[in-house]
Amino acid sequence: MISKEEVLHIAKLARLELTEKEVEKMQKDLSAILDYFDLLKKAPKIENPKSEIRNSNLRIDEVGEKDTKMAERLIKAAPDKKDGYIKVKAIL
Amino acid sequence: MDLTSLTIKQCHEGLKAGKFTSVDLTKAYLANIKKFDKEINAFLSVDEKGALAQAAAADQIIKSGAEFGMLCGAPCSIKDLIMIEGQKCTAASKILENYIAPYDATVIKKLKKEGAVFLGKTNMDEFAMGSSTENSAFKVTKNPHDLTRVPGGTSGGSVASVAANMACYSIGTDTGGSIRQPASFCGVVGLRPTYGSVSRYGVVADASSLDQVGPITKNVEDLEIVFKIISGKDPMDATSANYEFEDKKFEMKDMKIGVPKEYFAKGLDKEVEKIIRSAIKKAEELGAKIIDISLPNLKYALAAYYIIQPAEASANLSRYDGIKYGLSEQGNNLLDVYLKSKGHGFGAEVKRRIMVGTYALSAGYYDAYYKKAQEIRELIKQDFTDAFGKVDLIFAPVSPFPAFKIGENTSDPLSMYLADIYTISVNLAYLPGISVPAGKIGKLPVGLQIIGNYFQENKILSAAEQLEQK
Repeated sequence: MISKEEVLHIAKLARLELTEKEVEKMQKDLSAILDYFDLLKKAPKIENPKSEIRNSNLRIDEVGEKDTKMAERLIKAAPDKKDGYIKVKAIL
Repeated sequence: MDLTSLTIKQCHEGLKAGKFTSVDLTKAYLANIKKFDKEINAFLSVDEKGALAQAAAADQIIKSGAEFGMLCGAPCSIKDLIMIEGQKCTAASKILENYIAPYDATVIKKLKKEGAVFLGKTNMDEFAMGSSTENSAFKVTKNPHDLTRVPGGTSGGSVASVAANMACYSIGTDTGGSIRQPASFCGVVGLRPTYGSVSRYGVVADASSLDQVGPITKNVEDLEIVFKIISGKDPMDATSANYEFEDKKFEMKDMKIGVPKEYFAKGLDKEVEKIIRSAIKKAEELGAKIIDISLPNLKYALAAYYIIQPAEASANLSRYDGIKYGLSEQGNNLLDVYLKSKGHGFGAEVKRRIMVGTYALSAGYYDAYYKKAQEIRELIKQDFTDAFGKVDLIFAPVSPFPAFKIGENTSDPLSMYLADIYTISVNLAYLPGISVPAGKIGKLPVGLQIIGNYFQENKILSAAEQLEQK
């Protein structure tokens, strides 16, 4: 069974607040899911696994005309903003 | 004439002949939504005004005598994971409850160009994580064939809207079976296209290497019509492929059909098996050569999927930080805003996947889980490549069982994951697959899954159409 501390550590990495009850349930659920993953240990090994990069044809980064209304709409979606900028709490 | 039972093709012909207008069609669908959706709960939002305006615009084009496309004036529904500019796009999550889409997804842009009519946005599992549409933060969609059962998921609302004649067709997404499994449960046709054939631009990301947009329709002919229009290269999606649907028909008598024994192992409902076997028999009667094949690594697919999907989703969902958009909770400092916004905004299954994904990617576990899962993905891809060296198509069940009862699988997450066992390998291998109605157990529909090689949707559709007509 995954420990409470481990669940809290992962939640912290994920920036996810969990209630006491959620932590308990997560211990149980994660343990069951991870147990199921044990199946993979039986899978055949693969020689020289390829890294998964498909269609990595990036487009050229061109400066072009865009609708200014789009910028307005994107800013509008932010919960906290001022003068066309998104406001963020101080980091330090 | 019941306008809402017409296919896209029949709508088009009726509109062309002036038998009815797009406004007539739209009003008929809106009336059905009013009548049935209180019970079925397929829609999260209905845009009556917008739909009627789009219908009137389509009627103008039709009346002008200009050439008009198949989708012009035909009313559709859209999964609430796909953005329509100016409309809410919630992903069935509290974290996006009030989010207004700032632009159109490429798929929507393409449909708008054709003169489409958008009736509304459909319910789904939150962020497309689930197999029954019970994970929606807002409502539980019911199976139109039996209201005590789930419609499947995650595109459950889309599929239910088509099955209950509340939309002529729908657009959904399929990350692990989310189009095919509900299509099977609700008796409609649903295609998960080859990865990269339809643009994902403007679609809320779940797991980016698995997500694919696809059509849900009443029959195979309609499916081809919609797929032709929404597919193709999009410069806004770096993973979209240079692909154009090739209008080519294939005869069943020239086809070799593979039947993988792993899909008929323990766990498959006997009645479902009977229906799938009889569909295979039909193909044989139409002249296809049936070949027994094996996909030996299929047994690892579910475990690999439930590492890769949560890993990618946990990275994608980190963007919901309470700063750029969506739910934002007050906090004493920046970290507090993150913790609370995510903690209050995401539902139980989404949190579970974020935790599993973060765990699998975290220091010390990466090799054992994520890297291992990627290797399995390679093996599964190779299994399919080997199979398609011998056969044209693969026939299999979509789901081990028909639609299950609401609440039946909600207490144990693993039992819900098992509902995806026959669909996820297609996503892991980037392949296309369809669900076509093959029979019924009592009143519950059962779909046949047809899997094809990369970008051979035309072959899949040819086979599906010949079976549909037999």
